[in-house]
Amino acid sequence: MQWETVIGLEVHVQLATHSKIFSGASTAFGAEPNSQACAVDLGLPGVLPVLNEQAVAMAVQFGLAVHADIPEVSVFDRKNYFYPDLPKGYQTSQMYHPIVGPGEVEIALDDDTTKRIRIHHAHLEEDAGKSLHEDFHGMTGIDLNRAGTPLLEIVSEPDMRSAKEAAAYLKAIHSIVTYLGISDGNMAEGSMRCDVNVSVRPKGQEAFGTRAEIKNVNSFRFVEKAIAFEVERQIELIEDGGKVVQETRLFDPERDETRSMRTKEEANDYRYFPCPDLLPVVLDQAYLDHLRSQLPELPAEKRERFQQALGLSAYDASVLSASRDMAEYFEAVHRVCGDAKQAANWVQGELSGALNRENLSIANSPVSANQLGELVQRVLDDTINGKAAKQVFQALWHGEGTSADAIIEAKGLKQVTDTGAIEAMIDQVIADSPAQVAQYCDAEPEKRGKMIGYFVGQVMKASRGTANPQQVNGLLKEKLDALL
Amino acid sequence: MALEDSHVRRAAHLARIAVSDDQASGFVEDLSRILDMVDQLQGVNTDGVAPLAHPLDATQRLRADEVTETNQRDTFQRCAPAVENGLYLVPRVVE
Repeated sequence: MQWETVIGLEVHVQLATHSKIFSGASTAFGAEPNSQACAVDLGLPGVLPVLNEQAVAMAVQFGLAVHADIPEVSVFDRKNYFYPDLPKGYQTSQMYHPIVGPGEVEIALDDDTTKRIRIHHAHLEEDAGKSLHEDFHGMTGIDLNRAGTPLLEIVSEPDMRSAKEAAAYLKAIHSIVTYLGISDGNMAEGSMRCDVNVSVRPKGQEAFGTRAEIKNVNSFRFVEKAIAFEVERQIELIEDGGKVVQETRLFDPERDETRSMRTKEEANDYRYFPCPDLLPVVLDQAYLDHLRSQLPELPAEKRERFQQALGLSAYDASVLSASRDMAEYFEAVHRVCGDAKQAANWVQGELSGALNRENLSIANSPVSANQLGELVQRVLDDTINGKAAKQVFQALWHGEGTSADAIIEAKGLKQVTDTGAIEAMIDQVIADSPAQVAQYCDAEPEKRGKMIGYFVGQVMKASRGTANPQQVNGLLKEKLDALL
Repeated sequence: MALEDSHVRRAAHLARIAVSDDQASGFVEDLSRILDMVDQLQGVNTDGVAPLAHPLDATQRLRADEVTETNQRDTFQRCAPAVENGLYLVPRVVE
């Protein structure tokens, strides 16, 4: 039987506020345990939450970026459950009237097409603390620094049909939140976490199958792996006559599998009710208009513009618009050198290669966009050839000079286009290589094209890479053929 | 709505409140009376009335995103039964 996979994602994005959603405690990562957990975060008696205006603004910015309805009124609810890293006994969340209503995100697929994924809603909530299960004499250690950190939970519709689409959606959300600057999007530090709802159904069937929810999927790669495993598990189960049960499963990246989590029978009885400590949040049109006017150009718009206005391929446009740092770097290189295609090639080729080798992000590139732009400009105006340009890039990378021009000058890499000078070098090489010249002359005419490579190499070497390769090629052929 | 003993025990368990057998039957009666009143309210025609999220006719004030709290861990941990390396220690929980 042919099966279809149905996937929906719940993405938790940690908002990049300085203080917590309901208290003035710091949200900085990596502090001493419990040094950033104040009376409100600890749920001590008599304290009251006060909502952080920046958390509200960031949630609304996200909503505007995904073309969502932003309701005038949103309300906080209490989600009640008992766990030691939740000192109040409830998580303040938004169940019935979330701050962001239905919207949509466009994802880029491998075949250069795009697909719209609907967003059901996004709501504000507070994070819980951390439980450390290492052995503290048979006890569990609790760090409440993270308790009260603002989260935006973004809930998609079940619109994805493959693991690849789910990963592309997660990447699109990551791009949007980092473009907006509302989260650092650091998945390793838990700033973005993802729960995946997966089900399968016979192709052509309208009703959804029973879904499993997979927790703890914390990288783009894990999303694909966890879904691939889960889909196979469900199909095998059904084909063997079994039934998928609705349950929560945990992804184990080390064993590359999902496992059923032991669930208590009352686990889902959260007894939601409106939080009496918080009043309804009311947003007026002027506030929304103001935030809308501050929105930066977003990844999908950039991708579109890179293709339409700059003539880049769908692939190049997609790679270069994926992160705001990458897009801004590319645009700066383009501004300086004036050639989008060359700028794209250098950013994705030489620069990305060097960054990957040293595991650096583009924001920490030793070569600035301005420096790279000037270098590309020198290639475009024929001051240096492609080979010399790579040398200049390496020199810039290692800080051997502050500009392409200075390095070209210091290393004498200026391209030699003077025919007389090139001819002199060619004559010398021919005089120094009698054996190769004889071979060339004796060879079948169709093989000579290949053999000329040796002479080109010698001349380029003699010029220390500065001769114009096209000129060398043409002149060599003339001179060698004259010896036949 | 008539409550049963099991409802009270379940609610008590979810709230982590210890309720003895004697107390449970008393709560069944008390809580049932509250639910009877809710039933009475359910009978009121609320067509066209927006659900009330809060009894006060006011909207949420927001605060500026500023760190105003200092580290008072030592003070807070004075009332904790067990701490170690800055962590609160609780009976072991494993999911």
